[in-house]
Amino acid sequence: MALPLDGRPELDLEQLEIELLLEAIYRRYGFDFRDYAPASLRRRLHRRMSGERVETVSALQELVLHDPAVMERLLLDLSVNVTAMFRDPSFFHAFRSKVVPLLKTYPFTRVWVAGCSTGEEVYSLAILLVEEGLEERTRVYATDINQAVVDQARLGVFPLEKMQEYTQNYIRAGGMRAFSEYYVARYDGARFARTLVDNVVFAQHNLASDAAFNEFHVVSCRNVMIYFDRPLQEHVHNLFYESLAMFGVLALGQKETIRFSPREESYEGLDLAEKLYRKIR
Amino acid sequence: MNYDMIAIGASWGGLHAIGTLLEGLVSAVDATIVVVQHRGPQSQRGLLELLLQEHVDRRVSEPEDKEPIERSHVYVAPADYHLLVERRHFALSVEERVNYARPSIDVFFQSAAEAYGARAIGIVLTGANVDGAAGLAAIKARGGVAIVQDPGTAARATMPQAAIAATAADAVLPLEEISRFLEGLSSQVSAS
Repeated sequence: MALPLDGRPELDLEQLEIELLLEAIYRRYGFDFRDYAPASLRRRLHRRMSGERVETVSALQELVLHDPAVMERLLLDLSVNVTAMFRDPSFFHAFRSKVVPLLKTYPFTRVWVAGCSTGEEVYSLAILLVEEGLEERTRVYATDINQAVVDQARLGVFPLEKMQEYTQNYIRAGGMRAFSEYYVARYDGARFARTLVDNVVFAQHNLASDAAFNEFHVVSCRNVMIYFDRPLQEHVHNLFYESLAMFGVLALGQKETIRFSPREESYEGLDLAEKLYRKIR
Repeated sequence: MNYDMIAIGASWGGLHAIGTLLEGLVSAVDATIVVVQHRGPQSQRGLLELLLQEHVDRRVSEPEDKEPIERSHVYVAPADYHLLVERRHFALSVEERVNYARPSIDVFFQSAAEAYGARAIGIVLTGANVDGAAGLAAIKARGGVAIVQDPGTAARATMPQAAIAATAADAVLPLEEISRFLEGLSSQVSAS
């Protein structure tokens, strides 16, 4: 029987190469990207391919398998989520008016920022908690799959050229002070006050493979699961459900939804437009 | 050829252009329509949907992450996200801006080219930017149809000119004729 040696379109070939690469990464390094959403994953792989000056995914695979430094760079490409401080200012408005009053009914609360990337969301929340007088009785857990990214988040240094945009966001988010009170401009960037993260625990955690590790009153995971395929999203939704206390709050990104999740019935909308949900059963 | 996806990219002056194009579309053109219009991250939520809905009978909405794709439906790429398409649903990303834009036309067009191949139609309209040129070339390279607004009729000619330079467009037309051209492509299907 003749083999269809030229019968397959090029696209299928690259899809095959990507599947092999992800399997190789998993078996060699233990990072599991096999359940990531394919379209943006492909874009990120192409970016790394041009960074490494290779033409094919197979060539990238060879480098990744033999050179951990390449894997490290690829891991950054795959795991860093570009975000901004006070992204979606209306979300922080809603957090102040609808979540903060709930938090104030507890003597002590735990907040999980899952997939914190370089920390923009963590510092935004920390500022909000300070302004609402909650910083002393709130512990924030900030986690990400990538240890290097977690270390960077802990440093709390953000590009100076972003401060104008972040200041605008902060004002629109209902900020109560001058945004510049929270950071010092240094040559390497805007260094945010260490006191903001006195009650923040930074840790490495993999949403795909690690278990629940505490009980939380708020889980914030905005624009992280968009990079996961549906089965992995369902897995993570189960993880969040297990991690939330009864009446705890789940915060998702502007264009994310629990509509397609297996846990939809377990939540009620606290603010549907801002994607704030409350666990009710 | 049966076309499943009509991807429209526009920047400066796009709202009027997209409205005119959609208004001229007959119901025989029943592919999924996706509009990628450049806009700022703080643009008023839901406004673009609302304005476009005034021009068309088909439903207009911003997709959410992993939302299933329907035919004869107009989807608008949400502000401050890149929109991508996978096998049967949309996907979103907040990766860095491409051509200073998020949503970027190139990002959507490239993913549409990969997902739909020859069943995709790309249309680049008015704009003062080069976004869309590489994406249109990707659609064309995978056997899809490339359409560009006649730069002489565009509010800003840069974007259509860049698209024409990047690929051999199947048609370069004023807005009203783009609608008719799409109708022609659809009727070829019913006739064949």
